[in-house]
Amino acid sequence: MKTRLTALALGALMAAGPAAADLVFPSLSYRTGPYAAGGIPFADGYADYFTLLNERDGGIGGEKIDVPECETAYNTEKGVECYESTKDLGSLVYQPLSTGITYQLIPKVTADGIPMLTSGLGRTSAKNGAMFPWVFNFPANYWDGASVAIKHILDEEGGDLKGKKVALVYHNSAYGKEPIRTLEELSKKHGYDLTLLPVDHPGQEQKSQWLQIRREKPDYVIMYGWGVMNQVAVQEAVNIRFPMDHFIGIWWSGSENDVLPAGEGADGYKALTFHNLGDNYPLYDDLKSYVYDKGLSAGAGDQHGTAIYDRGMYGAMLVAEAAKTAQKIHGTSKITPAMMRDGMEALEMTEEKMTALGLPNFGPEFKVSCENHGGNGFAAIGQWDAKAHEWKLITDYMQSDQDVVQPLIEADSMAFGKENNITPGCK
Amino acid sequence: MFYREAGDFKTSYQQDSQTFPIRFDRYRYYVVLAVAFGVVPFLINDYWANAILVPFLIYAIAAIGLNILTGYCGQVSLGTGGFMAVGAYACYKLMTAFPEVSMFIHVILAGGITAAVGVLFGLPSLRIKGFYLAVATLAAQFFLVWLLNRVPWFYNYSASGQISAPEREVFGIMITGANAPSWAVYLFCLIFLSLAGILARNLTRGTMGRRWMAIRDMDIAAEIIGVNPLTAKLTAFAVSSFFVGISGALFFSVYLGAVEVGEAFGIQKSFLVLFMVIIGGLGSIFGAFAGAAFLVVLPVALKLVGVDVLGWATDIVAHLQLVIVGGLIITFLVLEPHGLAQLWRVAKEKLRLWPFPY
Repeated sequence: MKTRLTALALGALMAAGPAAADLVFPSLSYRTGPYAAGGIPFADGYADYFTLLNERDGGIGGEKIDVPECETAYNTEKGVECYESTKDLGSLVYQPLSTGITYQLIPKVTADGIPMLTSGLGRTSAKNGAMFPWVFNFPANYWDGASVAIKHILDEEGGDLKGKKVALVYHNSAYGKEPIRTLEELSKKHGYDLTLLPVDHPGQEQKSQWLQIRREKPDYVIMYGWGVMNQVAVQEAVNIRFPMDHFIGIWWSGSENDVLPAGEGADGYKALTFHNLGDNYPLYDDLKSYVYDKGLSAGAGDQHGTAIYDRGMYGAMLVAEAAKTAQKIHGTSKITPAMMRDGMEALEMTEEKMTALGLPNFGPEFKVSCENHGGNGFAAIGQWDAKAHEWKLITDYMQSDQDVVQPLIEADSMAFGKENNITPGCK
Repeated sequence: MFYREAGDFKTSYQQDSQTFPIRFDRYRYYVVLAVAFGVVPFLINDYWANAILVPFLIYAIAAIGLNILTGYCGQVSLGTGGFMAVGAYACYKLMTAFPEVSMFIHVILAGGITAAVGVLFGLPSLRIKGFYLAVATLAAQFFLVWLLNRVPWFYNYSASGQISAPEREVFGIMITGANAPSWAVYLFCLIFLSLAGILARNLTRGTMGRRWMAIRDMDIAAEIIGVNPLTAKLTAFAVSSFFVGISGALFFSVYLGAVEVGEAFGIQKSFLVLFMVIIGGLGSIFGAFAGAAFLVVLPVALKLVGVDVLGWATDIVAHLQLVIVGGLIITFLVLEPHGLAQLWRVAKEKLRLWPFPY
């Protein structure tokens, strides 16, 4: 039995091998499992943008783009299998959309020399490019998110948080634990009390956490949730009549899928975002005529213009721009992963560039450098309008508290370097 | 034709009671070992190592461990994931505390620590049996995962609660970390699996194994003929946890490199290993190998056929995979409750007579 199956697998591997196209952007997606509510729109947005480039521009710099998809189900073992099966296709950059898989891939991509982009997720201290040369997390990271959430609360409370209570409801995993240290540092600075409420995978059981919130009546609740956990949390908050405008989710807890099940009750729920939302951009006209109308949409094609779809598209746009930069630097259209890395490190997103791409005012301006792989940490607050069924930005983009975040990044990346005997350095 | 015993005379007790008494079987075993040690390391690449062979080797160790407890001693355990987590975290603490010590020693010590924890959680088995014991071990599963997630000392106070394996060497060859060559990782796991297999096989056919089986078959009768249930059950828990701990340590340090206890060692892991044991065959060392191979290779093979050959959407293949694996498990349980090992036994009987059945 085993030998027959392995022979079959070997044959399949050989058949799949030579399919490599010129520019390969693998998509480690998850369309199944408890996190599919976030995984599907992201994967669709990621694939649709590359389809657009292929259809409209003939790829990037004349080279066609191939987006092999591999299902991880948010599971680290499957993530490893996906990485190993796609890395020899000439993959240029990985965007795993899972903090667990990111942690796993950081040493692997460093050893194999393939860059990885984890926008708004992953290991925050990867911002220090001297220590993590192959990992990028622009334009914002988890600690920026925590800091901007506190900034918004400060604005709401007139600049004083003394004696206020803030609760953090978080996914009990590497992802959810990321902001704790930042929030603790900020509580020392601003004087609020922090309550930690972990929710175990997959997050359907939250009764006790919300009972505790009901008992302790924190002034604000910050949530770091993902997948089915978000919907449950929003519903539980509605059930205990928690004031929704005092409930702030990270950008991964701010999609339409998270608030729609709670209906009218979710009105006023807030979530962070590091890019604009909606589909009111010239790029969507192109997407419609080159992709949607031709029936080339990825997946079921029902996610267009949702928050996480936008983020997938934005992620694809960032790596496409980095690929263009790499082509310019090295003067060749056939770039290698090492050239791609140079392109990512030299990436500069300006308003003119974004407008030319059909996304005016969509994302922050930033410039990547070896010392800073993480952008400038700008984020805004969006609020859910349950009647209009849309997210509205209610604040300007705010920068995170760099005095707090930067030393933490420094300390954590140094600890990583010490543990792994890396000497930091910028070429 | 195959498995012919004609002319295969045994002239000593030792020969008569060896593991593979039939000559053909013995040679097949030597050939498998020779290929595994002498040929595969030269052919292996990263994909084969990380996607198929290393997980197979590691799960096979875990399945041997659980098979000793459940298959040989009859103590149902749902705590395998938790015990694997103990092995992984013990290995991590040892690796970071004593960087200069060889990984071989760390992995074995991690197994030892898990054995101690296993004995602790095996104590209730002296009073409770069957389903109730399953629930008690389930409690161990949740308690251990909770504990390792809760106490920052276990993960060296890292901000994310993840443990990441630093690079470590054995005899100057990198074994852990992403720079480890795939043949070295494979051989490292293979050595552990071979030793585990030989050790388990010899334990189970010796005094200790007979005691376990006596307890499994009828504990009161066993007690009357002089088997001490305390030592029998606790040694089963200790030996089983030792193997499971080794597999957990390898799973973390050489296979994944970074784990998060809730995600990697959750209740699903316990069920996965239990399925391996059930599909492979309870109370059979070969069954542990067959079950692990089946459940590791099947999803990968289905994915390769569905996505890469047939070009289906990834989510459809992922869903089909659940359907097919689930269906196969039910089919197996209905048609052959004793698992792949029994199929193998039947095939062997047939081959003995082939081509001249009665």
